[in-house]
Amino acid sequence: MQGNTACAEGALAAGCRFFGGYPITPSTEVAEAMARRLPKAGGVFISMEDELASMAAVIGAAWTGVRSMTATSGPGFSLMMENIGYAAMTETPCVVVNVQRGGPSTGQPTRAAQGDMLQCRFGSHGDYSTIALTPNSVQEMFDLTVKAFDLADRFRVPTFLMADEIVGHMRERVTIRDPAAIVPPRPLAEGSLPFEAGEDGVPGFAPFGSGRSVHVTGLTHNERGYPDTTDPEAHDKLVRRLITKIESARREIADYEVKNPDAETVFVTYGPPSRTVEQVIQDRSDDSIGHLRLRLVWPFPEFALEEFPNAKVFLMPELNMGQMVREVQRHVDQPVVSLPKIGGELHTPAELVRALEAHR
Amino acid sequence: MIAPDWFREDRLPHIYCTGCGNGTVINCTLAAVEEMGWKRDETVFVSGIGCSSRAPGYILADSLHTTHGRALAFATGVKMARPEFNVVVFTGDGDLAAIGGNHFIHACRRNVDMTVVCMNNHIYGMTGGQGSPTTPPGAISSTTPYGASEPAFDLAELAIAAGANHVARWTSYHVKELTKAVAVGMQTPGLSFIEVRTQCPTNYGRHNKLRTVSAMVEYIRSHAMLVEKYNRLTAEGKPIPEGTFTVGELVRRNRPAMGVRR
Repeated sequence: MQGNTACAEGALAAGCRFFGGYPITPSTEVAEAMARRLPKAGGVFISMEDELASMAAVIGAAWTGVRSMTATSGPGFSLMMENIGYAAMTETPCVVVNVQRGGPSTGQPTRAAQGDMLQCRFGSHGDYSTIALTPNSVQEMFDLTVKAFDLADRFRVPTFLMADEIVGHMRERVTIRDPAAIVPPRPLAEGSLPFEAGEDGVPGFAPFGSGRSVHVTGLTHNERGYPDTTDPEAHDKLVRRLITKIESARREIADYEVKNPDAETVFVTYGPPSRTVEQVIQDRSDDSIGHLRLRLVWPFPEFALEEFPNAKVFLMPELNMGQMVREVQRHVDQPVVSLPKIGGELHTPAELVRALEAHR
Repeated sequence: MIAPDWFREDRLPHIYCTGCGNGTVINCTLAAVEEMGWKRDETVFVSGIGCSSRAPGYILADSLHTTHGRALAFATGVKMARPEFNVVVFTGDGDLAAIGGNHFIHACRRNVDMTVVCMNNHIYGMTGGQGSPTTPPGAISSTTPYGASEPAFDLAELAIAAGANHVARWTSYHVKELTKAVAVGMQTPGLSFIEVRTQCPTNYGRHNKLRTVSAMVEYIRSHAMLVEKYNRLTAEGKPIPEGTFTVGELVRRNRPAMGVRR
């Protein structure tokens, strides 16, 4: 099965019943699969007029209590940013799949890149926090899509599946698992205000039609949901909570793999470059090469770096000019070497071996 | 006719300027909602950004105050996901016709089953009175200090051309007719677009020799002509006074619609 199809299958298995999107290479097969499958599953597929509308429709649908998703690629992702910020501000649970391609601008539509890693963290205006997952295989396109829906509901936040052309168009064997029971967002407790959060910073959810007459606005709002735009404390309290509810749960949210924790030379990867690193370790049967593979990059799990107590150098192959490398640098004292690659192709094992030998 | 059951009294005082027409339009819309007998937990009000778009904040129901221009796209998501909901959109001329122009024509093309009430005050009111796509040629605004030089959009004609099932236009003076038109829109499957020409004394009137609220309402009233009369005069080859716009039911038809209640 193709990665993009596996993503759609994951969404269906997770109970996604609304997809609003606009075709863009290399993400289109996600929409095509949803167009085929959703109507038969009792869901709604709608091809919107652009990406702004797609994101808007997804948020509207999500507020009716339906699990909702869109899929796009770099330029479309940029267009969604306004409403992604709205989803963050209004705590709308939804999933955005970005099958990344080469940029900036129209760039390389049919080639792979990881150029939107900071856009998915900081792309919209203002301060907020989100969750981003990074699959490296077709199986993970399925599994992490399911997980994205669960995290979106758990934290009431737009959640990103930051895929790329390689995993989107790759074909591999997939086990379609029935996900564990779908955990809906926590309902809004009787007597609670619609944006009143408990200890974990996440309010209960009262979707439209639940009889609570919720007012949802992208304006700075109080716990009742009413605009409160000039009180510095109201803004501070709200925005600080939107960030803290995600950042304070980073250990709960974290998802990564550790290989050879005693190693002195450690690769840090996310997405497909991890496959080249695995190949290098396997080819050389070298257990002195460590590997930290992040399946989730935001919120950034800096404690994962502590799993390598003997590390002398961290090497970071990325399909961009070095977007996540500074996130690693700011958390470790050892040198962190960026191994950027752009143009649309994965690092070869030989390239990584050369880097390894140069920095050992 | 006021529908007090539908007001969020805890949100008062509202932000509208003295003499604003938006309150009238909200009243007429809620009167139509009452006439329809809609239940609160099956009714969703959606809006974009601008003076008009603050309306759902004053209405006691589930309400979605969204991003500038995008109200119809959000409303499409709500209605398509849950066709059993009644969806009403409040929007303004800047919100709907400028930044939201693409969403407007496509919502009409899809003929999504919802009621769209556009408070057209010919100006970007909330940002302080800049020229919008409906500012009449020659009108003074903060960005058209020498008079607007671009032609204005006829929003009702646009909705008709794009495929909406029901299109009507009234003014904030015609409260009974407006209430009836909104109710007809709510009963008509598919997209219903009701344009309301309304006064913005603060940011439009006082720059255009309409210094009092009554002067501006009178201007709008006297330039409105029933569509039947307009068509008769046109057929007879008789002159139409400058600045005249048609009011009444401009279209009611039964094209295929989306999101119709299951």
